[in-house]
Amino acid sequence: MFEKYIICEAGFRTRRDGRPGGELDVRMPYYRGLFLSMVEAVDLVLDDRPVPREHTTLTVHGTTYTFDELPHVTDDRWEMGERAVLAFETDEPLTPGEHDVAVSIRLRISYMPVPGGGHTRERLLLALGAGDAA
Amino acid sequence: MTPPTQTSGSQHAISRGVSLYSFQEEYFLRTMSVEDCVAAAADMGALGIEIIPEQSIPGYPLLTDEFVTRWHNWMRVHGTTPVATNAFLDTKLHPDRRLTLDEQTASVRRDIDIAVRLGAPIVKATINFSPEVMEAVAPYAEEHGVRLLLEVHAPFHYRHPWIVEHLEVMERVGSHVLGLMPDMGIHVRRFPRVVSDRALRDGARPELVDYIVRTYDDRGDTHALMDIVNYRGGGPVEFALARQATHYIWTDPEEMLAHMPFIGHVQAKFYEMTDDGGEYSIPYEEIVPVLIEGGFAGCLSSEYEGNRHIQDAFDVDSVEQVRRQQSMLARLLGETA
Repeated sequence: MFEKYIICEAGFRTRRDGRPGGELDVRMPYYRGLFLSMVEAVDLVLDDRPVPREHTTLTVHGTTYTFDELPHVTDDRWEMGERAVLAFETDEPLTPGEHDVAVSIRLRISYMPVPGGGHTRERLLLALGAGDAA
Repeated sequence: MTPPTQTSGSQHAISRGVSLYSFQEEYFLRTMSVEDCVAAAADMGALGIEIIPEQSIPGYPLLTDEFVTRWHNWMRVHGTTPVATNAFLDTKLHPDRRLTLDEQTASVRRDIDIAVRLGAPIVKATINFSPEVMEAVAPYAEEHGVRLLLEVHAPFHYRHPWIVEHLEVMERVGSHVLGLMPDMGIHVRRFPRVVSDRALRDGARPELVDYIVRTYDDRGDTHALMDIVNYRGGGPVEFALARQATHYIWTDPEEMLAHMPFIGHVQAKFYEMTDDGGEYSIPYEEIVPVLIEGGFAGCLSSEYEGNRHIQDAFDVDSVEQVRRQQSMLARLLGETA
């Protein structure tokens, strides 16, 4: 459910800190919020190349977490429908124009014997961030 | 369509309500706020409001005084009443271990506290609550004047061992504290076409979809459906549909009668209200008379769950779907002709 809404089409941009890579807004494909410890993965594939999880972070209402930290976060939640920022670093700066972006989210839902979550893929137009020359 | 069973003028104490779960599509996309959801329900004459705190209240499990004040203000302004909250129990909160019984009990107590602050007298216990945690938390629920009701959700039913174990605890503790909240998804007579149509859009082979739907509708043996679909060359889309067929069940609504003292609230699950005003899969014209006959005195609370099956191809209009169901329920309850 809600897979098609995982990736927010607006807001795909270069990193605010000026490092090579980008940011996009993502939503959890589930009908309630979850403590972040139950967000097992937010995997990103950019232009058919998987981005290593250690090169990604998740920012939820202003607080940034690495994916090594997430399993231990039991005092902050990703709310239903809330836009979180998935930031990633790449070796080279992103090229202007469209990119193929796929996101898979895996959730640990206590009443389900199998993982929850979902997967979606979009063509997104890169917006230049504040760190880029106009 | 079958004309409504004779209910006009019959005496009953059943009220109508809406679970805000029904508007999940609009709330997710922020096209409706929580107050909009409350107002929509009130506009349909569904004055009982059921809420999932961890869906609708950012910051859960902390409720600010400000939210609680706004909530009670919405109830006053719209003439609505909180009827139930829904509690989840994240036994798998930690990646490496299951919550202990004490931790589980603490989680449920926290949800009872929230229900009390919201003014809801009933808390739904999701189907994964164990009989042990229900029994452990019962004294706290009783002390706080809250009734904890286990959802009876497909594929579970009243004679299922998991429910039977719960019923033993409920008998021991008493129906004033513990009970059942049947989800009308246990009365799926026809396979929901919004689900099979979605599988077709996702590329499922029509002959396998037809086989799955016919097996379900003919009360065939669904246990081996996934295997058969595999033998017939199906893939992931067909497997998922076959699995769905094992997760819908048809239970005769009359089975509710034997458990009526424990039934404190009903989730009126539905997948598709058709243009002629009926539910495609679930025969409410048979369900409502049973509730009346059994003297059910709680809330029939809409729970729309069709959005996820149509959102790939159609605009979801949860408000219209709930309005149609409420109109049907009002008729079956004898409120309207």
